[in-house]
Amino acid sequence: MTFREVLEHGSNWALAAVLVGIPLYGWIKGVKVYEAFVEGAKEGFNVAVRIIPYLVAILAGVGAFRAAGAMDALARVVGPVTAPLGLPAVVLPMAIVRPLSGGGALGILGSIFATPGLGPDSYAGRLASVLQGSTETTFYVLSVYCGAAGIVRYRHALAAGLCADATGLVASVVIARLVWG
Amino acid sequence: MNVVFVLLFVAALVAAALHGNVKAVGTGALEGAGTAVTLAIGLIGVMALWLGLLKIAEKAGLVDKLARAARPIFRPLFRDVPDGHPAISAMLLNIAANMLGLGNAATPFGIKAMEELEKLNPRAGTATNAQALFVAINTASLQLVPTTVIALRASAHSSDPAGILLPTLFSTACALTVAIASAKLLERVVR
Repeated sequence: MTFREVLEHGSNWALAAVLVGIPLYGWIKGVKVYEAFVEGAKEGFNVAVRIIPYLVAILAGVGAFRAAGAMDALARVVGPVTAPLGLPAVVLPMAIVRPLSGGGALGILGSIFATPGLGPDSYAGRLASVLQGSTETTFYVLSVYCGAAGIVRYRHALAAGLCADATGLVASVVIARLVWG
Repeated sequence: MNVVFVLLFVAALVAAALHGNVKAVGTGALEGAGTAVTLAIGLIGVMALWLGLLKIAEKAGLVDKLARAARPIFRPLFRDVPDGHPAISAMLLNIAANMLGLGNAATPFGIKAMEELEKLNPRAGTATNAQALFVAINTASLQLVPTTVIALRASAHSSDPAGILLPTLFSTACALTVAIASAKLLERVVR
């Protein structure tokens, strides 16, 4: 078994163990598991509906931003500055898109892997991989979590999240240069 | 957030005008709005599943046990949250699911945590220190093993798909540290 297979098995087993373990534990403890499950599950629909306006607000903005090519324009302006620092122009759009759209960032990662001359084992491919793995879709997390709790004034949550993203970016470049530079 | 909202649209319009493709602003926004609803609808099933399981765990006393076990780690971070509060166990479950890469489970637990924290909120609609810190922690990717990236690298015929693991952990640790530190520092300044 390769390392990757071990990881996949571990993840699958963890999920299965929780899915089976909770009802079983509850049943042993004398909980009416079916009734409790249905009672809790009722909430699922309400929560999903409650976050829709928050998600529409951010994703409409991100959609316009991406479709208009604002990201590429930004990458062209900043690219010449960041390339000598170890952040190549091909990875830059990903750094910009990562906090906005998880799917978008994954798409860019895939295209870096598929580009002849780059690929997953190139410096750009490895840096983009580390970047994808070490940062989150900050705006999505914010709108879903705050939306569910009905929060509209985020206070410093956004600033702290963006600080974390910026740190993830800098740390990714630093470690990529150290290991593969 | 108000600034971000306006900035995204203004930047889109400027870029679109420069490219001579103003139509993209409208289609992009509409497409994004559609995606938002698809995402939310897609959440219903997973949300219901995990909230149902969580209710069982709650009635079985498992949630209380978790909250007690997590106390030493969470108390210094979330001083405003009373010991044994259900928010603690929801946060613990969210973080554990994130670390294991069970994103589907992490989101419902995170939402539950935010709702529980909201019950402690004296100013409804404005994030508390605990909520801001919790969200900030979640914006640093906590996943110990980035399985999606590794799978994508493997399918692109990388000679070393998992070789990014340790560098990713290093970078994650840096991001997480800054997330916590900046949330803790900023909470004193931002009202």
